[in-house]
Amino acid sequence: MQGIVDFIVSLNIPLVDEGIARLISHVIFASIIAVAAPASLVILTWLERKIIARIQNRIGPNRAGPFGLLQGFADMVKMFTKEDITPAAADRVPYNIAPGLSVISSIMAFAVIPFAPGFIGAELNVGVLYIIAIGGLGVLAILMGGWASNNKYALLGAFRVVAMLVTYEIPMIIALVIVTMVTGSMSLQDIVAAQSGLNWYAFSMPLVFLIFFIAGVAETGRSPFDLIEAESEIIAGFHTEYSGIKFGMFMIGEYVHMFALAFFTAVLFLGGWQIPFVTSEGYLPVWLEAILGFIALNVKMGLFVFIMMWFRGTLPRFRIDHLLDFCWKFLVPVSIVLMIAVAIVVKLFNPVGLATPGLLLVIGEFFALLIVNVGVGGAALFFVSRAARQGRNKTLRSVTAVDAPAPASK
Amino acid sequence: MPDLSTVVLADLVPLELIVFIFFTLCTLLGGAGVVFSRTLFHSALSLILSLFGVAGYYALLSAGFLAVVQLMVYVGAIAILILFAIMFSRSNNQPEKGQANHQWWISLPVTAVLFLILMFVIGSVEWPVSDVAPPDDMVEQLGMAFLGSYLIPFQVIGVLLSVALIGGVILARDRVDTEEM
Repeated sequence: MQGIVDFIVSLNIPLVDEGIARLISHVIFASIIAVAAPASLVILTWLERKIIARIQNRIGPNRAGPFGLLQGFADMVKMFTKEDITPAAADRVPYNIAPGLSVISSIMAFAVIPFAPGFIGAELNVGVLYIIAIGGLGVLAILMGGWASNNKYALLGAFRVVAMLVTYEIPMIIALVIVTMVTGSMSLQDIVAAQSGLNWYAFSMPLVFLIFFIAGVAETGRSPFDLIEAESEIIAGFHTEYSGIKFGMFMIGEYVHMFALAFFTAVLFLGGWQIPFVTSEGYLPVWLEAILGFIALNVKMGLFVFIMMWFRGTLPRFRIDHLLDFCWKFLVPVSIVLMIAVAIVVKLFNPVGLATPGLLLVIGEFFALLIVNVGVGGAALFFVSRAARQGRNKTLRSVTAVDAPAPASK
Repeated sequence: MPDLSTVVLADLVPLELIVFIFFTLCTLLGGAGVVFSRTLFHSALSLILSLFGVAGYYALLSAGFLAVVQLMVYVGAIAILILFAIMFSRSNNQPEKGQANHQWWISLPVTAVLFLILMFVIGSVEWPVSDVAPPDDMVEQLGMAFLGSYLIPFQVIGVLLSVALIGGVILARDRVDTEEM
């Protein structure tokens, strides 16, 4: 970014100083993201349909272009040319704003992702908080869409979806807090810089990684948490009354949100643009590190996109009460206990007054975090399986009891 | 002929003023929308716009952390709660009869006088401006303050929020007869 700013300043255009050059570079960067993120939809829809088709032992789209690559374009043309029906009693302004707000909130998340060393849209020192605030905007878009459709099914669908989104924000926020504690900073640049070498947080904190990824998949509304698109359950949920490009924009918002989640997981847990013994070692020129780092980030992001599509092709949908139980009774207690345990570990291995901890402390912290994660995960699974076994035994006893007395009447 | 090669846009156009005007418009128009909207849902949406404006003010005052927390807490939680309450209590969005205030003939002069008094007071104070730049580790200092000199208010807030949460859960609980099942 600084390189681009210096280049613009060196052009010596009248009225332009460093501040305006910075503004111009931000506008250029923002335009690139605002175009590339929805345009990635074209590839993502093709990829998803091909992957799910292969999982289901069929071929997928192969008519539109070679290997069906132009299927995304065909879908977009179809969306644009469908008739745009607005219900007569719908509330005009929220009805029209909701799809746009959904896309806006998904694209805004790309502002804080460090794509390469030195390339970030907005160098916020509260980047992690910004991610959470943007999630709130998406929830608002769904509420507006559900209410403004003037349709009871849409409203019910919107309530269910918002309940799920608000619930799964909690483990996601706690996982983000844990990552912030271990790094010592809320800025995503610092989090990536702290994962140099083999110190990826996915290796040292696998349980936190899992919690964040599961909660994130629930936040995007992908399968198996896809109440939003549960065609068999509630017609089409909150986007029942949307047709044509407005429905297309909700789809764009969901896919771009999935894209952003893949980037965030890669940045927060898999080291972002870090390659273990290549970047941050100092023996490569800056531009080569930037290019290699960008490619590495995209590879990691692609892995998570593939995993999410794999989920969609394999797992059945959750019921809404199972979903909420899973979050409140498993994810939230586990993540709170994990937060306390990680806080203790971080304080033990970073004694106050030590500026940069030595190698022994760093390695010790890595393994201590790993042990804590595995320990808490094992304890959680033990308790859950014990509770499940007791429930099963109780049901078994009540069903197979031969001479059980009649239950006391009320 | 004045030397034009060293003139920059920031000298000609006060950019900070433009941003301030934008956020002021958000806040005031949002506030007006809350009062003058015909539907309660539109009032809630205007309130959200107004809260965005306030978050912009925080950002202009170099309190970036507070701006993001404002968005997270007000827009992401409280506004959604307000919308839920509205949606559960209204049947459908029939425009209610306008919020007519039948006592406007006395409230308007009182409000005008109060406005003039406030303008006079605010305009006649010499607001001191500090030249100290906001610290780099502001969030860290905030955290240390929460756990240091402001520990007791912090804990009291925690207890208050826990009480509200537990109370909400208990109030909304199903009254299940324990002899069933």
